[in-house]
Amino acid sequence: MEIPKSFLGYKRENGRAGTRNHVIILPVDDISNACAEAVANNIKGTIALPHSYGRLQFGADLELHFRTMIGTGSNPNVAAVIVIGIEPKWTKKIVDGIAKTGKPVEGFHIERTGDIGTVMKASKKAQEFVMWASEKQREECPISDLWISVKCGESDTTSGLAANPTVGNLMDKLEPLGVHLCFGETSELTGAEKVCATRGATKEASDKFMKTWSAYNDFILKEATDDLSESQPTAGNIAGGLTTIEEKAFGNFQKIGNCKFVDVLEPAEEPKKGKGLYFMDTSSAAAECVTLQAAAGFNIHLFPTGQGNIVGNPIEPVIKLTANPLTVKGMGEHIDCDVSKILSREMNMSQAGDKLIETTLKVANGRLTCAEALGHREFVMTKLYRSA
Amino acid sequence: MRLIYKILENSNKQIDTIYMATDIIIHDQKDNVGVVVIEKITPKQDCKCWIMENDSSTNIQSMDEIPLGHKIAMVDLKEGDTILKYGHDIGKVVKSIKKGEHVHVHNVKTKKW
Repeated sequence: MEIPKSFLGYKRENGRAGTRNHVIILPVDDISNACAEAVANNIKGTIALPHSYGRLQFGADLELHFRTMIGTGSNPNVAAVIVIGIEPKWTKKIVDGIAKTGKPVEGFHIERTGDIGTVMKASKKAQEFVMWASEKQREECPISDLWISVKCGESDTTSGLAANPTVGNLMDKLEPLGVHLCFGETSELTGAEKVCATRGATKEASDKFMKTWSAYNDFILKEATDDLSESQPTAGNIAGGLTTIEEKAFGNFQKIGNCKFVDVLEPAEEPKKGKGLYFMDTSSAAAECVTLQAAAGFNIHLFPTGQGNIVGNPIEPVIKLTANPLTVKGMGEHIDCDVSKILSREMNMSQAGDKLIETTLKVANGRLTCAEALGHREFVMTKLYRSA
Repeated sequence: MRLIYKILENSNKQIDTIYMATDIIIHDQKDNVGVVVIEKITPKQDCKCWIMENDSSTNIQSMDEIPLGHKIAMVDLKEGDTILKYGHDIGKVVKSIKKGEHVHVHNVKTKKW
């Protein structure tokens, strides 16, 4: 198949391109959710991103909070942002961070005004933003403007046999075209960590990966009351035939094809070394991982599943693929790309990779994903430790 | 040969590809387990196996009922043996397994935790 050289995206002020054109209402903290949701309810075409944190956090945990907030607002799938927080200082910090992209952003704090006054002021601004954004047209953008993140979930053995290698095949075909790629899931590489480390493009990248994985493993050994057998593999994984974390890890690892990673990113950190594949230190929980990748600037997500994970994200479209024919049959409304014919040998890996590239470009051009049509907007912040 | 497929590529170049349907897929020639890829296999079923790595075929008779996605032992395995899948170590045998039996959490454990 000849791979298209372009897609229709929204060009942003900072030179990036979006696959979506969202106007988001971003609460800085848990207690500002009500206000943000009220604004999104008033002004059609906006979406609120409620979450559970943002108070009394400190150190690296607070830094991650700001990085996730600013990164989410800065994502090219977002046209404009309303930020609402309880206090002015943190609200302003997030507004200033997003403003560096050049996109419209305005902050409101609730203290001294209350919810009702804030909702009124923020709604007026949100209406202005959404009407401005609705004039934006899709334009031809080079395929290298796609930043593709990947994460698998509710995996079973069909993931490692077929759905994950399909993603790997797509990576092998799109990497030479200059796209950015990202995989994560530190915990779910356990068992395959040494093999994964050999896939660093440089010794520095390999060493950084081993350091990141070891820090995670030390944390597990310190905090675990018994071991991870209760959650890794999950009950869903076991039902699907996965027996051990090592088996899951080698299956997971098929997603990167033959690509080598150029750098290791902190959670929600924007890649800075140009095109190519990046590893991000993330949780393996689906919504947390996708939220971090979206905050790093990735604009389209590929999600291979076995038993049928249903996750979505409010700003980054999540494309589901599966090779499990029972999942296609039982919960087809969640599956954007069916590659189950690989198992019956009616489709080879290259054909499956081409099919996934076609689906990816359709979604990049604006076709809704199943998760978008079904209203999946899981926005889940990663928390590193207890608040003060 | 159960299935013959014709595929029209985007290039409009018509190619004929012959596929052999399979009951079990084995990733790597070194692997001592295979994965069931039909809805289920039943005891005493003669199964066709496809080894992906070198595109070769083999056969095995199953001992158990094994559902889609679950593993079958390709050889006799004793306690302490290493299970190989993708050509890599994915855990240890904790209860001996006969060729053709179901391989899962009841007879294999991680070496990690």
